[in-house]
Amino acid sequence: MIRTLWAALIAALPLTAQPNLENATLQVLPVQGNVYILLGPAANITVQTGKDGALLVDTMLEPLAPKITAEVKKLTPLPIRYIIDTSLTADHIGGNAALAAMGAPGASVPDGGGATLIAHENVLNRLTKPVTTSLTPANQHGLPNDEYATPTKDFYFNSEPVIIFHEAKAHTDGDSIVLFRRSDVISAGDIFTPDRYPEIDLENGGSVQGLITALNHLLHLTVPEHLQEGGTRVIPGHGRICNEGDVVEYRDMVTIVRDRIQDMISHGKTLQQVIAARPTLDYDTQYGSGGRFVETVYKSLGGK
Amino acid sequence: MLIQVKRGRASAVPPSFRSTQALSRVWPVLLCLLLLTLAVPSFAQIDLSGEWAPAYHEDGPERLPGPELGDYMGLPINDAARLRADSYDADRISVVTEYQCRPHSADYGMRGAGNLRVWREIDYKTQQLIAFHTYMAAWGSERTIWMDGRAHPPAAAEHTFQGFSTGVWEGNMLTVTTTHLKANYLRRNGVPSSDKRTVTEHWARHGDFLTVIVVVDDPVILTEPLVRSENWYLDPGQQQNVMYCEYTQEVPPSSPGAVPNHLPGANPFLNEVADWYGLPLAGVRGGAETMYPEFRLKMGSPHAPPPAHCERFCICTTLADCNLRPRPAR
Repeated sequence: MIRTLWAALIAALPLTAQPNLENATLQVLPVQGNVYILLGPAANITVQTGKDGALLVDTMLEPLAPKITAEVKKLTPLPIRYIIDTSLTADHIGGNAALAAMGAPGASVPDGGGATLIAHENVLNRLTKPVTTSLTPANQHGLPNDEYATPTKDFYFNSEPVIIFHEAKAHTDGDSIVLFRRSDVISAGDIFTPDRYPEIDLENGGSVQGLITALNHLLHLTVPEHLQEGGTRVIPGHGRICNEGDVVEYRDMVTIVRDRIQDMISHGKTLQQVIAARPTLDYDTQYGSGGRFVETVYKSLGGK
Repeated sequence: MLIQVKRGRASAVPPSFRSTQALSRVWPVLLCLLLLTLAVPSFAQIDLSGEWAPAYHEDGPERLPGPELGDYMGLPINDAARLRADSYDADRISVVTEYQCRPHSADYGMRGAGNLRVWREIDYKTQQLIAFHTYMAAWGSERTIWMDGRAHPPAAAEHTFQGFSTGVWEGNMLTVTTTHLKANYLRRNGVPSSDKRTVTEHWARHGDFLTVIVVVDDPVILTEPLVRSENWYLDPGQQQNVMYCEYTQEVPPSSPGAVPNHLPGANPFLNEVADWYGLPLAGVRGGAETMYPEFRLKMGSPHAPPPAHCERFCICTTLADCNLRPRPAR
């Protein structure tokens, strides 16, 4: 049933929606323990390997699926058994269908098909009744078949606990972060994107306060080694391998910008006045143009 | 190496034999010369190992008691860095626990609490230098400068406060390039440095003195490279302390997850440094032009009448001396 749905949706996807990725190259770097990062032209993929097979967090874009599979096969000859989506954002879940089809079932598989696809239920709900935004295309396929609705979900895979935390109303309302407890690595999705300002998808349930709460939760989970170095590694939605010190810098930025815009709203400033005041001036050289971020924070805080 | 070469004796042997015999006599000399050549460092490298005590005659007040709030003099910062520094609230390091054990990064670490140990890592089989290692008194930070020609990690690799350093010899000077640094500070009053910076150092030993020139290129923070120097003298009796750091929340946050900061235009402390030292505001706000002598001709008048006598860190070159002077009332 699901496979039929995937096939229909693949056919329905406009070709123009798929960027030309023929020449795209992927890079795999070890992170810690059993965990690797796979970098490419879309969102990062986290790969965990071991005696049970491979687990992927996020899947980039569909055209990259063969290259992703080839890279995973270099790490393990065993099949992909689990895929966890950190959100519904297009460049995180585009390869769901193709990669799941090449995999084998994990512990739970309703239809006996490929790899088990896990996400928070809000991801499934929104994908099956999509609100199209700049981040999420109208048509989706590769839908989660093992969604969860609780604050956490955990299972044991490749000799370590895998703990999924739902981060409510952050980047979207269906965000998950994934802790690999023995490897001591967290895959953070678009909660944390150290190379750019956060994308807060208000139409799909995101909020700046939820994002700050999620970043503080992420800091609560990370434990550095001596002198704030190393320890728990964090794989961001986009960007390089990080740890707590990097998350602190990012959390501070989001919090400080929130404080500034909140203050301006309390003084009755309009969106145009807030944008003109350039509340991200000191961070634009690090994260890029802050206009879109300012607008979403303003609206998220109830600015009129 | 003691070399003894016996003088040859005259003999009536054929010339060809004599030349062979002569060569056999010269051969040990040539061999010794070859060995001596091999013993000379290939790249004129010198040993930087030792216990080095810092000299604080440069920038003493900034490096020992610490910079004044709002003092950005001599830093080629851009507008973004200036606003970030203006927004800095020093309560942050008491409220945000993640800051409490954050060390000086490799570049700033050369400036403060700089008792330095340098030691060499030598490959046993080849006797080639693999790396210099350093231990710095501040936080007990250890650092490695790779000398074996290895490449820097990929861009997506993890960053650390000490970064990834490689060194090459330029004559007797060691030039070190450091990448993969974490965000830190250029000055300990909120002037930031970014994780995109590259640091180039030039280490030069002159007998018992060591000078290191540190050049920071930071496209996020600076409009020109920041060049600073630090000096050390050899102190073989130096004993480094064991460093230990455990974080705790010293001041409760105003709200859960609060990050102390001053809103733009609302930091009440930014003029203090100008007033205490009788300086024009344009000077203390920093920027590339404040690095150059000609800036003195156009920096304007003091923000407030200069004090009758300096009450702050005007002459101190030791931490104890600096601490003797009371803070003026705000």
